[in-house]
Amino acid sequence: MKIHVQYFALLREQAQRSQEEVDTRATTPAVLFAELKERHAFSLAPGQLKVAINGEFGAWDQALAAGDTVVFIPPVAGG
Amino acid sequence: MPLAFAFSQQPIDTAAARDELLRDPAAGGYVSFEGWVREFNEGRQVLRLEYEAFEQLALKEGARIVEAALRRFPIRHAHCIHRVGSLDLGELAVWVGVSAEHRGEAFEACRFIIDEVKHRVPIWKKEYYRDGDSGWVNCEHCAAAPRHLHSH
Repeated sequence: MKIHVQYFALLREQAQRSQEEVDTRATTPAVLFAELKERHAFSLAPGQLKVAINGEFGAWDQALAAGDTVVFIPPVAGG
Repeated sequence: MPLAFAFSQQPIDTAAARDELLRDPAAGGYVSFEGWVREFNEGRQVLRLEYEAFEQLALKEGARIVEAALRRFPIRHAHCIHRVGSLDLGELAVWVGVSAEHRGEAFEACRFIIDEVKHRVPIWKKEYYRDGDSGWVNCEHCAAAPRHLHSH
């Protein structure tokens, strides 16, 4: 199924893009991240990230549906 | 009232933001916090910063923090504005303003809001150093130093 992924900060730089359409068999963000970490050589481990699905915080084991937008959130540093 | 939490691409107009809070005659005091771009971070000389936000979620999470402060403390109004984009040394990166009937709650709520914003809102900071290097704060050395994990 097709999942829309948006990247920010360090992940955006390492993926060399701010978004992409991914055709994947991953059914959860955890599996999807493992796939993308391999593809883009991300330096961050999933334990360091949070995940958002369709603009709201989600869970790593939440079921993904075709057309979902997923964002992996690196450690934040506002302020 | 303006949005409880907002982003600004332009320098933050603190006078206008303050005036919004002080229109309430029931308020007896006002506390603000200003976070500025600092020259040294962890011993490295910083030349400038870039802030990037996942605005769709950051606006929601920022508003939830301000709403939580309004529920938790007996204050009148609260507001937070965060810069995004490129900032030079000494520029204002974040502003929090709280008005209340009494000063104690205003100080506490202001502290609560800035602490929660730093901890929870999806905003990232890239520092550019004098030695030519650059890096995302809390991200570059995560693997080597997991003590930075989500604690700011």
